[in-house]
Amino acid sequence: MTDIQIQIDNKTYPAAAKPSIVDLKLSLTSEEFICLVGPSGCGKTTLLNIIAGLDNDYEGDIVVGRQHTSPKIGYVFQNPRLLPWRTVRENIELAVDKHQAPEVIDALLEAMQLTAAQHSYPEHLSLGMSRRVAIIRAFAVDPEVLLMDEPFVSLDAPTARQVRELLLNLWQQRPHTILFVTHDLREAIALADRLIFLSAAPMQVVSEIIVPIPRSERGNELAIESFRQQLLKNHPEIKQLL
Amino acid sequence: MISLKKRLPTLSLLAFLVIWQGLAVYLDSNTLPTPEAVAKVFWQACVSGQLPFHLGVTLLRLAISFAIAMLLGCAIGIVLGRSKKLDAFFDNWLVIFLNVPALVTIILCYVWFGLIESAAILAVVINKLPNVIVTIREGTRMLDQDLLDMARCYRFSKRKTLVHVIWPQLHPFVMGATRSGLALIWKIILVVELLGRSNGMGYQLHLFFQLFDVAGILAYTIAFVAVIQLIELLILKPLDKKALRWRR
Repeated sequence: MTDIQIQIDNKTYPAAAKPSIVDLKLSLTSEEFICLVGPSGCGKTTLLNIIAGLDNDYEGDIVVGRQHTSPKIGYVFQNPRLLPWRTVRENIELAVDKHQAPEVIDALLEAMQLTAAQHSYPEHLSLGMSRRVAIIRAFAVDPEVLLMDEPFVSLDAPTARQVRELLLNLWQQRPHTILFVTHDLREAIALADRLIFLSAAPMQVVSEIIVPIPRSERGNELAIESFRQQLLKNHPEIKQLL
Repeated sequence: MISLKKRLPTLSLLAFLVIWQGLAVYLDSNTLPTPEAVAKVFWQACVSGQLPFHLGVTLLRLAISFAIAMLLGCAIGIVLGRSKKLDAFFDNWLVIFLNVPALVTIILCYVWFGLIESAAILAVVINKLPNVIVTIREGTRMLDQDLLDMARCYRFSKRKTLVHVIWPQLHPFVMGATRSGLALIWKIILVVELLGRSNGMGYQLHLFFQLFDVAGILAYTIAFVAVIQLIELLILKPLDKKALRWRR
């Protein structure tokens, strides 16, 4: 596993008056779970698309280890983006290398409780299940960085909690560097090692905070809420970003 | 009620035959033979081998020109759908070729290349190609960018993207182009044969026209309709079913 340095000097959309991102530096430590928190429209998805190599129209540099290159990506989009004409298993298999052992996919399906649904088509899955398939696909490619763009948005609270727990279990079994975008502070605290707060227009890092709650306590909603209150009290600058 | 609904197609066909028979008997003319007379001619043409031969020749021309038009049309349609610059450049050409009457293309092909087989095939291809290109271009413009982005960030090869991401989305458009294409090619191919070939359904129909043999014309028409229905039933419908099995 390698550390990744992201430096975006300028990202301006052709029709926009102001740049979306100016002088943004992110340093991702290997196997770290980072949550990016910022207001809607601040350019979080743009940032993920740049890292994923989907948007190359920017000034800056991405360094993986010592190489100036795009990292190997697993991307869980807001919309699961599964191929509707391929089964759950085929969707995962298409993303991975040919020589990937099928046992890895079996284990991931098992961990996400989808073994029984592996031969179903996405149209027959609930939204929560589709999101889980997208998560499996992202882990299955053994990425250098796993990007997650508000993957639990529009799920009801119990389903979101269930998928969150499954994700954390999976990540503990197979630690990868994760960059997780959300605007839900409670969700961010429950998941992250480090929180990065971003401002809008242009996007800049407002503050970075390490979450001190031990992993074993992340299911404790009282602990999460108490840390959230403390955070808002000690860092008034982040209130306006939520 | 449901059983009546199921029987309606058969009933309507029977009604058609009865009206035809009634009219033929009432007019009592060579220009409208009875269904029975047509069936007899049809049977004789089948037994003598004339109809299978000419139908076979026409079908072969159809298969070759259809395959060329679909392959070329799909490739060009995908390229134009993906590239705005190329599309802007070739759009006018497409409009021109779409609007050139089929007869003009056929005559020009025969004049320029002679009364040969390849000129006949070329004429059919030129007539069909713009339709396929336009249909596939529209389909390509409607491709889901989200899925294409997914394929890019998971580093799908070009081939994998084409086979697993693009082609399934184009399927309804390809089937549309296939169906409209078959109907169009059938009609054009007859004119091509009528004008410049010495075999095939078009040539035979021309012969019947000169002999004023309406029964022959109708018998060949029936074979024609039957073949199209068989293609739809045996090839197109199963293809549709297979490609859309993922739908709820």
